[in-house]
Amino acid sequence: MKFSDQFEARFADMLTHYPTKRSVLVPTLLYAQDEVGYLSHDVIHEIAQRLDLTDLEVSNVISYYSMLTTQPRGKFNVQVCTNIACMLCGGEELLDHCKTKLGIGHKGTTPDGIFSLEEVECIGGCSWAPAVQVNYDFHENLTSEKMDRMLDGYKKN
Amino acid sequence: MADLVSHPDEVKVVSKRFGKGATNIDRYLELDGYKAVQKALGMQPDAIVNLVKDSGLRGRGGAGFNTGMKWSFVPKQSPKPKYILCNGDESEPGTCKDRLIFEHDPHSVIEGVVIAGIATGSHAGYIYIRGEYRYLLEIMQKAIKDAYARGFLGKNIFGSGYDFEVYWHGGAGAYEVGEESALMESLEGKRGIPRIRPPFPAVVGLWGGPTVINNAETLASVPHILLGGAEWFAKLGPAKNGGTRLFCLSGHLNRPGVYELPMGYNLKKMIYEVGGGIPNGRKLKAVVPGGSSCPLLTADEIDVSMDFDSMMKAGSMLGSGGVVVVDETTCMVKFALRIMKFYQHESCGWCIPCREGTDWLKKTLTRFHHGGGVKKDIDNIQYLSENMLGRTFCPLGDAAAMPTISIVKKFRKEFEDHLDGKPCPFVKTHATERAEVLV
Repeated sequence: MKFSDQFEARFADMLTHYPTKRSVLVPTLLYAQDEVGYLSHDVIHEIAQRLDLTDLEVSNVISYYSMLTTQPRGKFNVQVCTNIACMLCGGEELLDHCKTKLGIGHKGTTPDGIFSLEEVECIGGCSWAPAVQVNYDFHENLTSEKMDRMLDGYKKN
Repeated sequence: MADLVSHPDEVKVVSKRFGKGATNIDRYLELDGYKAVQKALGMQPDAIVNLVKDSGLRGRGGAGFNTGMKWSFVPKQSPKPKYILCNGDESEPGTCKDRLIFEHDPHSVIEGVVIAGIATGSHAGYIYIRGEYRYLLEIMQKAIKDAYARGFLGKNIFGSGYDFEVYWHGGAGAYEVGEESALMESLEGKRGIPRIRPPFPAVVGLWGGPTVINNAETLASVPHILLGGAEWFAKLGPAKNGGTRLFCLSGHLNRPGVYELPMGYNLKKMIYEVGGGIPNGRKLKAVVPGGSSCPLLTADEIDVSMDFDSMMKAGSMLGSGGVVVVDETTCMVKFALRIMKFYQHESCGWCIPCREGTDWLKKTLTRFHHGGGVKKDIDNIQYLSENMLGRTFCPLGDAAAMPTISIVKKFRKEFEDHLDGKPCPFVKTHATERAEVLV
């Protein structure tokens, strides 16, 4: 299993921050997922080995956190918030718009592997609702037109 | 990058460096940065604790416990290391304030952590930021690195002989982790399942050591108290409710945004003057005063002072500062359903009343909203919710129950209007029905 130099440097640094090795687990899983795309058996095994944990212990942690996934996703994960503040400002309609435009449902991925779609809980964009995150980028005060332009922009990348 | 707003009634304390480039450490120093921690290094720990106690600063995460008091519970002597843990897992629906603090003034949080450390005799602190806030984690990582490079963190800080380490930590998506004992579990690399208390974290916390856990806004307030004094801070708000709050105004408002207002600011004024009132000349129906776990207030109940004690008297809570404004076109059954769907999703499943209760309530509310409700469901929803109260390790069960009980009690007629297979009376105001994702 090969991660980037940046990953390795950060991992080595983080191990010095805590009295137990295991404490690096949650952020390390997310950084690993960012590089590989998802938490495959190989990634889980590698991280478990490094932290003196069993694969099962790592999987058990993964299943708790909503951002961690063991399934491949699209290059751009479109996360539409529909929690109360966004719901009041059209978050559900925006999600429906994305479903139609991308032709996929909640947790689906387009056949070309470019987009996946997810209905998510509050992402902290309440005062700028409706809010969406594409991977880690925030997009706020959205309308269906702005959403279309944004998705087209990602597709060109 | 979230847009900043302003209003003449604002009193800028925590937000005073917003939009001023204070992520840059030199700029932060120009704006009185790191003066408070140097002052703290010259003070007796007890004097710092008393100063914060006297300032009336109360936990900005939602519980509203006196911060100085919380610090005073940490034992002076401890065989295990003591820790400071900054809770930046902001995820209470309606709340988006810590985000601005991390984005515009990360060093103020670091300073607050160090001061809390000096006050309690700790030598290490962790700043936990939710996984979704990756750009903020990167801002914080740089801020910590810059502070180390100047000798403000690490060994012998500011040449004082005192050592203090600050580390960042990132989450990976979990509302429950914002609860302090679950936060510690997560930091230790585990599922965020709450711990039973006692022992409280101040005595047995991270890796068994005494731990102070404070919200990011709470810690960012601390340096201002050190510099401005307890009396000044206390007088910004009503008795026992010192300082200001970042109120996150959202929902049906003309000018939503995060505004820093004195503690005790009138809610009606907040909605109609600061937030600019409700768009399209519509009427107010309800307000979530402090994040989704608070009991809702009706339009007749909003002439209240937004401080911890007044809100408690009004039958709700000040909570986390998330003020969600709901207009007359909104279906309150659907609103209750959306809140429950959230708590059902976030329940860690550890306590049966919460795991089963949120699931049953979500199912009942879904069926009810889609025309399959019967009269006894209304009482059942209330009964199920009331039976979750106080019966779980952590407050998630209460958080799910409280808004639901208030909606059933205050908007019972809307539930009755859904009976006998009648379609939702508000359905025209929603562009589409989305039964498939709600199930």
